[in-house]
Amino acid sequence: MNDEKDDTNIDCREVLHRVYHFLDGEMTPERRDEIARHLDRCAPCLRAFGFETELRRLIANRCRDQVPEELRTRIAAAIDHEHRQRSKTGGIAKGAEL
Amino acid sequence: MADQETFAEDTAGFMASLYTAALRMTRNPSDAQDLVQETYLKAYRGYGSFEAGTNLKAWLYRILTNTFINSYRSRARRPEETELDDVEELYLFRRMGSRDDAMGRSAEEEALAWVTDDEVKAALESLPENFRMTVLLADVEGFSYKEIAEIMDVPIGTVMSRLHRGRRALEKALHDFGVARGLVAAR
Repeated sequence: MNDEKDDTNIDCREVLHRVYHFLDGEMTPERRDEIARHLDRCAPCLRAFGFETELRRLIANRCRDQVPEELRTRIAAAIDHEHRQRSKTGGIAKGAEL
Repeated sequence: MADQETFAEDTAGFMASLYTAALRMTRNPSDAQDLVQETYLKAYRGYGSFEAGTNLKAWLYRILTNTFINSYRSRARRPEETELDDVEELYLFRRMGSRDDAMGRSAEEEALAWVTDDEVKAALESLPENFRMTVLLADVEGFSYKEIAEIMDVPIGTVMSRLHRGRRALEKALHDFGVARGLVAAR
């Protein structure tokens, strides 16, 4: 590719096609720079990228759940039980207190 | 070699996100709890083989994913449950993202303000499992393509394909919620 060519020649269709690669950071530095330069000059593409960024953030923030307290208790008990079983059958465990 | 004595402390911080992932995978709180418990037990048993200082979160998620696939995933999977229709790129943006509303909110804020937490979760859960899990690992848990490939034991190309298609399908599902609630014109 000719360095002298105006790099806005990467067209919007190509840029938008790569929005996920760009936002995921899964792109060569050269390609990344090329797209970043396009975004500096192209408000519509920048909006699209901004929208997708916000959407990713929304999905991450809205997909949260409270861990039921009973689950924490169950798991702690299960691991404790497992630990005791090992201590019984596996000889004296380092630092184990029973 | 990690020490089982520190297991509880080392792993406690991941329980909330593992539980969220388990909920999206099983779509059932009771199964999700069992899945997380089984995951923690397996992790505890195998903790001696975990290399301290390496990616504990990815290691735990690999156990969670494997356990889900082996024990909880529905066995009789019909083709439509594994396939996904192609959805247009930037589906949601093209329908919602091109204007500012009367209140001066940006298109992003407007488009995303109406959706509820339950709708986001339901939209994600509507995806077939492989796509759902990939989007979950990337967008909810923030894993890289490479980490997802290791967690799901598939090539990176597969991760990329599932992720891109899964995200687009998710956008369509979100849009459909908006249409159903009369907040968005069907387009």
